[in-house]
Amino acid sequence: MKLKGAQIIIETLIEQGAKTVFGYPGGQVIDIYDALYMAQDRIHHIITAHEQGASHAADGFARATGEVGVVIATSGPGATNLVTGIATAYLDSVPLVAITGNVPNSLIGRDSFQEVDITGVTMPITKHNFFVKSIEDLAPTIREAFRIAKSGRPGPVLVDIPKDVQQAVYEYEAAPVVEKDAVPEICMDSIAEAIKLIKESKKPYIYIGGGAITDNAGEEIAALADKIDAPIGCTMMGLSAVPTDNPKWLGMEGMHGHYASSIAQNEADLIITAGCRFSDRGTGNVSKYARNAKIIHIDIDASELNKNVKAHLGLTGSMKKIIAALCENCEKQEHPEWMARIAELKAYTEELERQGNDITPFTAIDAIEEAAKNAGEDIIVATDVGQHQMWAAQRFGFKSPRTFISSGGLGTMGFGLGAAIGAATATGKKTVLITGDGSFGMNLNELATAVTNNVPVVVFVMNNGVLGMVRQWQTLFFDKHYSNTTLQRKTDFVKLAEAFGMPAYRVGNMPGITCPKDCENCSNMDNCIGTLDELKAVLKKAFEAEGPVLVDCTIDCDAFVLPMLPPGGSIDDIIVDPTANN
Amino acid sequence: MEQFIISILVANRSGVLTRVSSMFTRRGFNIDTLTVGATESPEFSRITITLSGNKAICDQIVKQLEKMYDVSKVQVMKRDSTVARELLLIKIKHTPEQRQDILSVTDVFRAKIIDFSPEALVIEIQGASSKINAFIELLAPYGILEMCRTGLVALERGGNCLKD
Repeated sequence: MKLKGAQIIIETLIEQGAKTVFGYPGGQVIDIYDALYMAQDRIHHIITAHEQGASHAADGFARATGEVGVVIATSGPGATNLVTGIATAYLDSVPLVAITGNVPNSLIGRDSFQEVDITGVTMPITKHNFFVKSIEDLAPTIREAFRIAKSGRPGPVLVDIPKDVQQAVYEYEAAPVVEKDAVPEICMDSIAEAIKLIKESKKPYIYIGGGAITDNAGEEIAALADKIDAPIGCTMMGLSAVPTDNPKWLGMEGMHGHYASSIAQNEADLIITAGCRFSDRGTGNVSKYARNAKIIHIDIDASELNKNVKAHLGLTGSMKKIIAALCENCEKQEHPEWMARIAELKAYTEELERQGNDITPFTAIDAIEEAAKNAGEDIIVATDVGQHQMWAAQRFGFKSPRTFISSGGLGTMGFGLGAAIGAATATGKKTVLITGDGSFGMNLNELATAVTNNVPVVVFVMNNGVLGMVRQWQTLFFDKHYSNTTLQRKTDFVKLAEAFGMPAYRVGNMPGITCPKDCENCSNMDNCIGTLDELKAVLKKAFEAEGPVLVDCTIDCDAFVLPMLPPGGSIDDIIVDPTANN
Repeated sequence: MEQFIISILVANRSGVLTRVSSMFTRRGFNIDTLTVGATESPEFSRITITLSGNKAICDQIVKQLEKMYDVSKVQVMKRDSTVARELLLIKIKHTPEQRQDILSVTDVFRAKIIDFSPEALVIEIQGASSKINAFIELLAPYGILEMCRTGLVALERGGNCLKD
């Protein structure tokens, strides 16, 4: 059947399984939006407040489902507004297809109105990108984009389509959903070698990253941990791969990892790493990283082996299959001494993380979990970036994969709201966005999208009036020079949310807004913080809301994320109590 | 520091050279020389890159290249089973007294004078990079006005080929 290019784009998206796409119309995609109008009963489009929000929403959609997220933007500023979102997806290996319009071929290269070389701009932050010069390449290119996005280690692909190609008419025939590329076969020699290392080990430690979620390898990992008697630690991206109540689970390690997880990793004599790139946030100073351990590194991306940390044995391929093969071919191991040590570390960690009856970041999270449970909600947790993100990563419990949505590699403040909208739209699940007043301020315009589409998002603002993570560094390493981190804003988030058309509640009194005291520099916010009972009452109401709701919760501006490995430091430098004389 | 020669068979499409070279920039790898040109197949171009580094860096570069959509084959050329050549065009100042000396150097190196004018000579030489370096060193005292090196091109000896 003969169709216009714009219709071919939409038909190809539908054919490749896209049911919901995010985007924003504009001059060079007006034909695509016309095609969307005509296909609106078969594909759902959500318009966001800003293209960046759309890119994060498509990303959140993909993270929550494992499907390819799709975002559409016009040329020039529309396309450049996607850049942060695309980079975020790239650093966290999220499958994304970004469709951008561009000026007609005849105007390309002339600095035309809203013309930008977006394939040039996004070259280093996409797995690949395409400029579709002629109509006959259009459908095959979009299919190729889907194949690249979801194959192997997933990632974003951008397809830039000039307007004349969108308007040209060409034959279209529906094709099946493209298959992922075949994964390399398991090398049984390497499996045998790995098993030899496992047998020799007395203190094995399993270390997983985001790849464990991509490959849905949680069950295999848990089985291996049982069989070889090893604890499981993870990067932030590996959170939710294995249920947090698994007895072998130690949780996140690294810069702000749990004490037990980081220390155990340092004491281990074998680290079985899977789907993780040994990011600097996980390893600290690599020359002092895991000095006592041999490393087995499993990754779908061969270039990750020996990139950041030298492995004794590298295995390329599907971690799900490799770990299953290890488990199957390995004899049962028992390490009672090591497990006793792990138990000791876990007990100490629990001691460190013990909370009182006031509102702290951790008790607030506990209250959210309790409220969700009482409301019978199986929630997804999304975050922005900063202290609140680390607290969420440390404290929340997770039962199933893809329930923790957070920008790990790029650390994109402003990611959360868009991503939460994407995740909630994709799954229909109540999604709790844990954010801070800094991050939230970056892209809060997407409240409009949440309201328009009645998205079940609970926006929980941990409001401390400061850029807490930078402030923490300034406190610890910059002699308390609080340069540009004390915001002194007068933003009333409750009124703001109401202005957007959604209910909102406040717990505590933010200085400068509702606090009767004039503690401008927030040197003592004790009087501003509400009580846990108030918070619980508010959360109960918040979880009753069907659509979006906001909770503005004042927290202490000097609450720290602990433990902490100082930047560039190693496990030897771990800070557990910053008030102690170090 | 070791020198490596990497041959890369890439799709003959616009933008491929940018993609390959920007990967080097982005990951902090240094390129000593880079050449690109046609191959026996119109579908492919061949890029030859030389770089200094250690084996770990070279391995990482190969793996990063192999991931790229437009790259179909990557080969690290083995020194003893590779023929490699470079071309130099060099413009030298000369006086009548110096001319004979320059001509004999040119002769010894089997280089060719390809332009002769009262102010300058343009000489062409091809060979291994070390030979070209030696040639440049010998000519330097006469005054090099400008020069242009192609960078290395290389093929494996024998019947093995870099093919898709």
